[in-house]
Amino acid sequence: MAENGTELRIKGGKVYDPANGIDGEVRDILVRDGRIVDKVSEKARTFNIPGMVVMPGGIDIHCHIAGPKVNLSRKLQPEDHRLDVHPGTDVTRSGVGGVTPSTFATGYRYAMLGYTTAFDAAVPPLAARHVIEEFHDTPVIDKGFYVLLGNNMFLYDLLKQGRKQDFKDAIAWWVTAARAASVKLVNAGGDEFWKGRRNENVTDVNEKIDPFDLTPLHATAAFIEAVDELNMPHPAHIHCNNLGHSGNIQTTLDTMKAAEGHRAHIAHVQFHSYAGELGKRVQTGSEAIIDYINTHENITTDIGMVMFGKATAMTADAPLTWMLRNKDTKWINADTECESGCGVMPFSYQDTNYTHTMQWAIGLELFLLSQDPWRVMFSTDHPNGASFRTYPRLIRLLMDRGFRAEMMKQVNQKAISNSLLPQLDREYSLYEIAIITRAAPARALGLANKGHLGVGADADITIYTDDENRERMFNAPRYVIKAGKPIIEDHEFVDDHIGRFLHAEPVYDPAIEDHIRPFFDDYYSIRFNNYRVDASYLHDHEVMPLRNSGNGRKKKGK
Amino acid sequence: MHTELELTTVPEVPIEAECLSPAKIKGLSQSGIEHLVMMHGNRKVRVGDFFRVTGNGQSSLRLEGDLSRVKYIGAGMKEGEVRVNGSAGMHLGAGMSGGVIRVSGDASDWVGPEMSGGRIEVMGNAGHMVGSAYRGQRVGIMGGEILIHGNVKNELGSAMRRGLIAVGGQAGDFVGVNMRAGTIVVMGGMGIRAGAGMVRGSIISFEPVELLPTFTYSCWLRPTFLRFYLCHLGQSGFEIDDDHMSGRYRRYCGDSVEENRGEILVFDSR
Repeated sequence: MAENGTELRIKGGKVYDPANGIDGEVRDILVRDGRIVDKVSEKARTFNIPGMVVMPGGIDIHCHIAGPKVNLSRKLQPEDHRLDVHPGTDVTRSGVGGVTPSTFATGYRYAMLGYTTAFDAAVPPLAARHVIEEFHDTPVIDKGFYVLLGNNMFLYDLLKQGRKQDFKDAIAWWVTAARAASVKLVNAGGDEFWKGRRNENVTDVNEKIDPFDLTPLHATAAFIEAVDELNMPHPAHIHCNNLGHSGNIQTTLDTMKAAEGHRAHIAHVQFHSYAGELGKRVQTGSEAIIDYINTHENITTDIGMVMFGKATAMTADAPLTWMLRNKDTKWINADTECESGCGVMPFSYQDTNYTHTMQWAIGLELFLLSQDPWRVMFSTDHPNGASFRTYPRLIRLLMDRGFRAEMMKQVNQKAISNSLLPQLDREYSLYEIAIITRAAPARALGLANKGHLGVGADADITIYTDDENRERMFNAPRYVIKAGKPIIEDHEFVDDHIGRFLHAEPVYDPAIEDHIRPFFDDYYSIRFNNYRVDASYLHDHEVMPLRNSGNGRKKKGK
Repeated sequence: MHTELELTTVPEVPIEAECLSPAKIKGLSQSGIEHLVMMHGNRKVRVGDFFRVTGNGQSSLRLEGDLSRVKYIGAGMKEGEVRVNGSAGMHLGAGMSGGVIRVSGDASDWVGPEMSGGRIEVMGNAGHMVGSAYRGQRVGIMGGEILIHGNVKNELGSAMRRGLIAVGGQAGDFVGVNMRAGTIVVMGGMGIRAGAGMVRGSIISFEPVELLPTFTYSCWLRPTFLRFYLCHLGQSGFEIDDDHMSGRYRRYCGDSVEENRGEILVFDSR
């Protein structure tokens, strides 16, 4: 938060603020004490920016930027760091870059793209403390995370016993204990096969998971319902089963159908939009998937686009990375006790490769066929599809069909001719880009003060020099203002900022702790009392309000 | 003609002196060389702060004194000559693609990482990771020669892809670990786990070696190629017996956890 009395007047820019219906109108944005206001005094510092483009700060709804899994990737790829040093300045700290940059470089590099908020999409509760500590060292951006509960053995036991209310309370307890923003499901049920049956995986979401007498689809539906009924600001965030397999559209459609009547967020849907036969070449399934999303208001999604070049598969879907590994790749698997799985594997997408080109094309197809930008958001599942540093190029691919056509000539032609991409000539407008990278993620996350520039909003503002070449434009914002404080001016860092930690506190009956405690004594490597992330770990933080929180049950003590 | 730099102040913490290479000083005046920037710990310093410079920039550079805390001597050089009368610090000749570096004393760890050509000669001993890939990199040196007359420590030539590394004395453990191709000659014996994970390439030892179980004996032979290599090394100042030149070597192939196309040749008898 900027000091009391800091006032800014951002004058003469073209404002793109879709949440308030403003599409390129020239108007002034006024800032005081870290918020957008309707009046400032004469003393306000003025930025004269005629012709420049003003947007709210970017929000990444799905990325992997902190915690043990990112650390594993950092340790696995020293060569990546050595070749990409991020020098410090008078006001910022140094670090190293690459596909998984160090904490400081992560924050600064997001800021250098005009992003001011990011959510880490997969944190096992055991790792929450570590993640929050890394967040404290991830500057400029506000951040939060989704906690992995989709393979939690205790929760599966409750489901098996049909204890619905306890299940809901336990989810809320876990979210609160880990200080998460929402719940993440990854390949629900898959980790049980992976751990229990030696390297196997879920192939059919209607097949029962061994010890639990449940199918993955039942479990997913129960989580979706519970998270929705808890009025969490962001619904269950779902990485469907069968990621990356040809013919997985049926699984994805089944999962979305299981969510009927409830809000659900389908993550990196590009990886789940593959037609064709299992084990055979990938075909595009984008039409079937996006048609369903277009017609079902309860679903939000981020695309998880692929861009050619270095990436790193980093996921709680441990069996997936096991399957992808080969003798030329580095691969690491980590144990996460009763909670989840974890696999990390450096990876490179090549434009000569049929499958990789198809993945790239499907990501673009989904965007170009989407009818509601408010529900189909921008992401690369950093660093799985590509590093977040490729965002400007991907934005240009969406905004510039000439550039797209040019690039289509340079990649695997067989894949292009099997894709829908040559028939699609839609171009995204700046207004739509502002929706998919700002306004829509804020709305999907329930962040009322972010993703827009109306009075009362957080003063997270990005100012770009308007440029026909959208890649160049989005690559280097002229000014970035975070919480009312200018961080980047004329492309240079002028100030540093820690950023705020965002988390949710759903309501639950504390009696649930009596059920959870014995499970810890029996199966965990950590004592129950040491498990919860206590308040001393929270730096500047904010509790995300629950939806219609008036209707929720009152919280009974702590 | 050569440029001479004499170390007058011994640095307390290492200096990173990427500028001490013929390409960087060539054509500079004496004061131009004195004003080149080096990193002393985390501070920027001038060459003149630590060295007495004689002569203007030539393609031959002579360094005098104990430079064991001066890193990156000859880094990235493409041609010319660097002669160190004394010892050299870490990362000697890093990324060099041509030219010659001669060190009369010892060298430290990481001699010639990412080298693709040229030659490094060390009359004394060298440290760990001589001619090795940097951590995480899949491929090490791509060519050139590294000749160490004394002993070296562990991981000699790890992941090397091409080129020749010769050691007159002893080598530590993991000689040629993850080697892709190329030749390593060790004359004074080597430690355990030689050739672990090697894909192709040749490791030659004049002394008996304790081999990994993933190496299998294939035959004995008198390799012709080796005579050419040893003649060349003899001309470079190594002492080579006639026995080694024309003798019998036992050939072991491995590493069978990789493609089993590498070889370790161990001298057997005359």
